[in-house]
Amino acid sequence: MPQTRRELLKLSPVLALGAFAVPGLRGPLLRAGVAFSDWASAETFRDAHLAPTYADIDAVALNRFPYNGYDVLEPDIDFAAWRLEIRGEVTKPGQYTLDQIKALPKVRQNTRHCCVEGWDVIGRFAGTRLADVLTLVGADPTARFVAVTCADDYYESIEMACARHPQTLLCYEMYDHPLDRGHGAPLRLQIPTKLGYKQAKYLTTMTVTNVLPAAASYWGDQGYSWYGGL
Amino acid sequence: MERTRAPIYEHPWAVRFTHWTNAVAVTVLTLSGLRIFSAFPSFGPKIPQQDLFDPSSLVTLGGWLGGALAWHFTFMWIFMGAGLLYLVTQILSGHFRTVLFVPKDIPGVWPMARHYFLFGPKPPQTSQYNPLQKLAYTTTLAMGALSMLTGLVLYKPAQLSALAAIFGGYHQTRVWHFVAMCGFLAFIPGHLVMVALHGWHNFAAMLTGWKKNPEYTPASARQRAR
Repeated sequence: MPQTRRELLKLSPVLALGAFAVPGLRGPLLRAGVAFSDWASAETFRDAHLAPTYADIDAVALNRFPYNGYDVLEPDIDFAAWRLEIRGEVTKPGQYTLDQIKALPKVRQNTRHCCVEGWDVIGRFAGTRLADVLTLVGADPTARFVAVTCADDYYESIEMACARHPQTLLCYEMYDHPLDRGHGAPLRLQIPTKLGYKQAKYLTTMTVTNVLPAAASYWGDQGYSWYGGL
Repeated sequence: MERTRAPIYEHPWAVRFTHWTNAVAVTVLTLSGLRIFSAFPSFGPKIPQQDLFDPSSLVTLGGWLGGALAWHFTFMWIFMGAGLLYLVTQILSGHFRTVLFVPKDIPGVWPMARHYFLFGPKPPQTSQYNPLQKLAYTTTLAMGALSMLTGLVLYKPAQLSALAAIFGGYHQTRVWHFVAMCGFLAFIPGHLVMVALHGWHNFAAMLTGWKKNPEYTPASARQRAR
């Protein structure tokens, strides 16, 4: 029978998959796989494409919108003294009050909130476009990332394309009421183009930067995709 | 004893390569997918949550949700890459005609099923695959396409919102993705039993491409003999 051995050898590239069975190679290979997925996600992100929005009636009742804190649902916050500290590659760094943020145009949107676990809910949100806040504080338009820290010691970061997306909000209302404590009062990120764990609550600082901090993403640092994009 | 027929080159390299690559990829994607599903083992609302079953009691891969997602996000590229290589080479070579189930195969399905399941007479084999095989393979290929498209929607429901709408939105797409997995799980045991029943020559053909002493004479050879 002609050339059966050579035909068999031509299958040998399949054996490369065996590298995933080697304990010392498995971790790096899987991290590379996630990094490649993140890179492909960022490359194909459509700056002006909007996530689907829904009618008011399609949103779940507020009491069916899950609280999904990682630690405490009511971190210790002095609401009277609360400020958002904005720093980094900005011309006007400083402490910004909620009223200063609310003074910018208000956006109200019913969007789908997708959790990495697989559940999803349509909720009603309102807030200020992060893009408008970045303009207000004179953020360097060429800066690469926006990183936030939170009153519950959570932290996250997103790339500038997402930060400037028209549906990315600094959210201060849900269901036409001020955010309740479990949902992140007084201010949270609301990003219909990101998974839930990217949408940090209880914001306290925001840094415009070209270099991701060592603590870049609470869940991303533990093995989830940093990008977490939808 | 029947006379020995000349060997036939049944499976081109691309078919064999993508078959074995995706045998691994489908296994990894199924096991890691079950671990991902166990993070929210329901197709209903989050509140109130009603679990269907706990897949973590089955064999799963990745240890925790983040680990399972890493496997899934790595092997989805391998699965899609092999799938696209298969599709392109099958179309360009015309080899897809051996496997694609078409309307003229319909009359041959029942006699073959009767032979396999009800001890009916064995219909004469005239080509590489019988009509029932073509139906099974074509359905499984469709499941591959369905799992890829629904997987893309689950991965990027906002970027691919138009595609999501075709499947009934993000929430429904999760169901279709699960259905595609069930399709693979329904195919694989029957496939393995058939491979075991048909012996070494049949199995070796998926390794070397060549089938020794095939149970049929290909149409091209019959043509030449005439």
